[in-house]
Amino acid sequence: MVEFNLPADSKISTGKTVKAPDGATRIKRFKIYRYDPTVNENPSLDTFEVDLDTCGPMILDALLKIKNEMDATLTFRRSCREGVCGSCAFNIDGTNTLACTKPIADVSGDVKVFPLPHLPVIKDLVPDLSQPYAQYASIKPWLMADGSAPPVGEHLQSPAERAKLDGMWECILCFSCQTSCPSYWWNGDRYLGPAVLLQAYRWIADSRDTAADKRLDDLDDPFKLFRCHTIMNCTNTCPKGLNPGQAIAEIKKDLAKRL
Amino acid sequence: MNTGSTNTAQTNDGKAVRSRPLSPHLQVYNPQITSILSILHRMFGVALCGGAVLLTYWLSAAAYGPDAFARAQWFFGSWFGQVLLFGLTFSLFYHLANGIRHLFWDVGLGFNMSVLRASGVLVVLVSLGLTVATWVIAYMNAGML
Repeated sequence: MVEFNLPADSKISTGKTVKAPDGATRIKRFKIYRYDPTVNENPSLDTFEVDLDTCGPMILDALLKIKNEMDATLTFRRSCREGVCGSCAFNIDGTNTLACTKPIADVSGDVKVFPLPHLPVIKDLVPDLSQPYAQYASIKPWLMADGSAPPVGEHLQSPAERAKLDGMWECILCFSCQTSCPSYWWNGDRYLGPAVLLQAYRWIADSRDTAADKRLDDLDDPFKLFRCHTIMNCTNTCPKGLNPGQAIAEIKKDLAKRL
Repeated sequence: MNTGSTNTAQTNDGKAVRSRPLSPHLQVYNPQITSILSILHRMFGVALCGGAVLLTYWLSAAAYGPDAFARAQWFFGSWFGQVLLFGLTFSLFYHLANGIRHLFWDVGLGFNMSVLRASGVLVVLVSLGLTVATWVIAYMNAGML
């Protein structure tokens, strides 16, 4: 449901400020969303002054530096630090992206870091992703072959058939696009969202999969698929340069062709 | 969808403290050219529904009689009516141009970010141009320009 304002228990107060060490010359201020589930208090926005002369180039470097040197309680997900694991997706400087591939130098002024939008927050920058994961499972993200013409060896694919999967297999499920979509904000309980629909089309388009018709049946729903209004925040924000909006359009086209 | 997740924040000994806060969305997400043009399409579409009511009023006033029609003409000729009509003209052309943009999307065309930005700017320019042209022609026909 459309709810423009944050609930009263989610409003953000001003938090503490941690100063940079004396003598630091190149200071960048990081304003970071904090929420501690063990105390009954609203989230706050803490300010950390980071000395860029002793910090790596990426936003993730700064977050790690803050956690290591300024406040060990700062909590966030991260793993590969090279844009292939999809853990460190946050709302950075007003759009969703990966902290590990976003240079600090790209942000003018203070760097604001929030959890991915419109999700329940577990702690600090860690949102509860149960809903998008359950939605991902619902599209059966695996190869389904009916076995009517089982190959003697591997499932063979021509280069042209394989090329159809380009731009989809690269998705790392960071859910930057999913949580950039206003339609997913308002109808996330029923609309599958851009990341999950991109994955749905990845299997529909796979020449080795024989369940495309069944997959399309499952998606033919006013909410699951057709809450996409081509707002295109998804494609605009994808840190891997993929195009979920296009994939959703292809699903709609496939459905129209079946009529 | 049942995700099996609870929405309560807990202390280390498992005691529920409060419900989890919702992370900020509209409050922190920068307006994008994609999303702004999209919400404008919807808002102008709603405005056009109001415009249809006004059009119905104008037509039924004409059917009702000269006095009623004169009142309607006075209303649409007043500065308020003129501003209203100008806004409706822009709404109509924006909704039309962006609707054609939607038709291209429906056949799977124009989804690259560069094309999306360019087609968005084009829609705004075309609807502005058509609106101004319409009013210039209308005022010239009325001998007021």
